[in-house]
Amino acid sequence: MEKSDNLVQIDHVTFGYDRRRAVLTDMSMRFPRGSVVAIMGSSGCGKTTLLRLIGGVVRPQSGTILFDREPVDPSDIEHLFALRRRLGMLFQFGALFTDLTVFENVAFPLREHTDLPESMIRDIVLMKLNAVGLRGAAALRIAEVSGGMARRIALGRAIALDPELIMYDEPFAGLDPISLGVTANLIRRLNDATGATSIVVSHDVDECFHICDYAYLISSGRIAGEGTAQQLRASDDPEVRQFILGEPDGPVHFHYPAQPLDQELGLTR
Amino acid sequence: MSPVNLLLAVGARSLRLVESLGHAAVFFRELVRHTPAALRRFDLSVAQIYAIGNLSLVIIIMSGAAVGGVLALQAYYALDRYGAAESVGLLVALSLLRELGPVLTALLFAGRAGTSLTAEIGLMKAGEQLAAMEMMAVDPRSRVLAPRFIAGIVSMPLLSAIFSAVGVTAAYAIAVKLIGIDSAAFWSQMQDGVDVFKDVGNGLVKTIVFGIASTFVALYMGYESEATPEGVAQATTGTVVISSVTVLILDFLLTSLMFSTRP
Repeated sequence: MEKSDNLVQIDHVTFGYDRRRAVLTDMSMRFPRGSVVAIMGSSGCGKTTLLRLIGGVVRPQSGTILFDREPVDPSDIEHLFALRRRLGMLFQFGALFTDLTVFENVAFPLREHTDLPESMIRDIVLMKLNAVGLRGAAALRIAEVSGGMARRIALGRAIALDPELIMYDEPFAGLDPISLGVTANLIRRLNDATGATSIVVSHDVDECFHICDYAYLISSGRIAGEGTAQQLRASDDPEVRQFILGEPDGPVHFHYPAQPLDQELGLTR
Repeated sequence: MSPVNLLLAVGARSLRLVESLGHAAVFFRELVRHTPAALRRFDLSVAQIYAIGNLSLVIIIMSGAAVGGVLALQAYYALDRYGAAESVGLLVALSLLRELGPVLTALLFAGRAGTSLTAEIGLMKAGEQLAAMEMMAVDPRSRVLAPRFIAGIVSMPLLSAIFSAVGVTAAYAIAVKLIGIDSAAFWSQMQDGVDVFKDVGNGLVKTIVFGIASTFVALYMGYESEATPEGVAQATTGTVVISSVTVLILDFLLTSLMFSTRP
């Protein structure tokens, strides 16, 4: 079978955790092989939900999601787990196993999914930790590492099996400027070095634009804008401009819907 | 509240209860279904047996000694009135093997190991560790839950046996060394009166049933807890309460079946 140009394809997907309210409506997206694609949007717009849909954690109410031309089917556990062995995910706060050391965290997927001897696992783990600049921290316990280090350890674990797809859930959240730059740089370098495809979910416009090849902007459960960093910066769509420029009010209102203030305070009838 | 609203409230509450019981039953089925896979990686269960069993030894030994000593004292005061003080050993052994050993061990287990399991699973869930495992194509039910389930079932009978043994030893110290009951009478009455199948065997069956129930409740409460500090706190409290009540009810049912006076 010929490999598709798009490693992941989302076609007309609608999803809601509650049947009465859709979080995502008629979404269609393409993630070409070897590229870094950013999914941006304000908090609660459904960015992480998209990652959960691609990973088969939840099933869309309508539409299809294809991974390398194969549909993602949460009900077929064997097929789903085979798909997940081809992807790596970096959770927002790392989701490291706190009862294991740094080394054991990165070795975890290798020990679970391969029959490699411990000597070879050791070499691979040290190389992965070296790629994220933490080979010297291999013996540390998770409680002893900082937030930025935890993010990098989680990245090392996510690439342990050399996945075809790497998904990043808010990789820049809560990082200091140095860690931010290091993380962004790592995402781009690892993607290019391994030939993987990366999906970066974030609301950090500058860092995303610095490393991504393409970006989608989600708002109110639909795609408000898409394109390269230059195209999005040049867009005159009000929602895109409000997000890119960080304006406090616009199509996305500052105030949560409520009755007028003077009415609520009893100043007018 | 109007009668209609009361009826609605009762109905809604009942439906939620039935839904919870169904959910728990499905969870139990999944635990049992993943147990063979966990047995194939017995090293995971061994690590949990240490965490649940070995680390509970201190409280089990101390409690067993205290309970055995108190039983001996109370039994002596009661039996001496009828000139049957030499039966203290038999009374203590039967009480411990049939009832107090399994039940008190299960209650202590719920308080120490059960809350630990609930908090651990709840915090793993809150920290997305279980979700991370799923995304790495590792089933947390086989890797995390089932080994702890097996460990609970294995640990409980062993802890109960230790509880009973320490209790009998403490009773010997009180009855023979302190009070002065004849040592030979103490042991011979016990040997004659304790039946290995009816008393020891039934006690063993109870501990296995209590182990299954307590461990299941602890794992379920942790897995279903809300991912907040309050949620985990509520879940650990719930583990102790629900485990304790479940053990006591099961004890009543099992005792009725096992030790019926009818031929």
